[in-house]
Amino acid sequence: MTDLGDAFDAAWRLLAGPDPALAGIVGLSLQTSLLAVLLAAIPGLPLGALLAVRRFPGRGMVVAVANAMMGLPPVVAGLVLYLLLSRSGPLGSFGLLFTPGAMVLAQAVLVAPILVALSRQALEALWEEYEEQLRSFGAGPGQAVRTLLWEGRFSLLTVLLAGFGRAAAEVGAVMIVGGNIEGYTRTMTTAIALETSKGDLPLALALGSVLLAVVLLVNGLAQLLRGAAQQAR
Amino acid sequence: MPFALPLRLNGLRLAIGSTEIIRGITLELREGAPSLLVGPNGAGKSVLLRLLHGLLAPSGGTVEWANPAARPPGLGPRDTMVFQRPVLLRRTVLGNATYPLRLLGHSRAEARLRAETALERVGLGRLLHRPARRLSGGEQQRLALARAWALAPEVLFLDEPTAALDPAATRSVEAIVTAIAESGTKVVMTTHDLAQARRLGGEVLFLHHGRVVERADAEAFFAGPRTEEAAAFLRGELFW
Repeated sequence: MTDLGDAFDAAWRLLAGPDPALAGIVGLSLQTSLLAVLLAAIPGLPLGALLAVRRFPGRGMVVAVANAMMGLPPVVAGLVLYLLLSRSGPLGSFGLLFTPGAMVLAQAVLVAPILVALSRQALEALWEEYEEQLRSFGAGPGQAVRTLLWEGRFSLLTVLLAGFGRAAAEVGAVMIVGGNIEGYTRTMTTAIALETSKGDLPLALALGSVLLAVVLLVNGLAQLLRGAAQQAR
Repeated sequence: MPFALPLRLNGLRLAIGSTEIIRGITLELREGAPSLLVGPNGAGKSVLLRLLHGLLAPSGGTVEWANPAARPPGLGPRDTMVFQRPVLLRRTVLGNATYPLRLLGHSRAEARLRAETALERVGLGRLLHRPARRLSGGEQQRLALARAWALAPEVLFLDEPTAALDPAATRSVEAIVTAIAESGTKVVMTTHDLAQARRLGGEVLFLHHGRVVERADAEAFFAGPRTEEAAAFLRGELFW
């Protein structure tokens, strides 16, 4: 199979030369993935911190569900969202189906359990260290959660990166609710799936290389940020 | 002038599983000179301190403040605690010292002023912007003391604050503890270091097997303990 050599050649040409279509796909992928992580982080991180701090009846069940949801099959999540967002569905009036907004929503649904479960794990270790001191200061649950989120910011950056990785690699759910419409809801992963099904393996592989490069770049930048911030503290 | 004090313990007990750690303590802690909880390792000193501070719930008996809701003026808390191993936030020295003040409701400016004053008193005035976790062990404990002092609590519980420190750092912490006590805060401190208890003075509560076996002025205690256990402890012959 000479496709592999062709693929790397095509990938190099894609990366080297300006290609507005590719830039659009990369831009949309980045935009939806980052927005999804943000959307999932707003409830996900505080919930993870709350689970680390509070003991309440049913907590074990919530933790087990969050852990189990990390393995939620994307096509199932996509299908449920599709039904919710379709014209006859309960959220149909928002007109989100086959829009980037629906893709963000789908990615956020898949990323949120990861953020809850991993942040809970990271912050629970921190809470063991801080619990007596914060209780001694009279910090209530809300203050303890805020403090833990700030004190655990370096660990949480890694948690967010794990969420970003899941969002950027997502294909099944975004394909179902986004529709893979060229120039509108086509992301790198759905483009790869499409080119593979068309038999254009070099282009698919080239897009895969670009996706890998983007994920590496984002992770590298986050690591640099984390290193610099840790130096300062 | 006392606010929430005296602190009354009545038949206080704590058991974990079938092990009784605190076995029925009844006493009253009043304002004034430091109260030193002295005893061998495993006597229950640190556990008793946590019960007094409310970090642990007793299995039996009560811990009651005479005026539970009363607080010192200026948003001062009723009681706070400094631990054997200082728990410092991943912030600067100043950030650590202002943190509990902000929790209590002090304005940013007021918190900074109080924190800076306390840090200056403990000799950390030049390290305000240093990451707290990069300080030496002695400096970290001084920071923990300054953080508590800045709150101006009515009672300060100290759990073996010098256990992990070298002699010079120990002396410096003792000087700060004495200054805190002289500023009007009631100090209740655990220690197994007899020389330290002598230096700090006040009253000694000698604990053994979860009971307060003897209570006396430090001078009288060291001059002539009344119980056989305390005498054996002073001779270095009492083990858990």
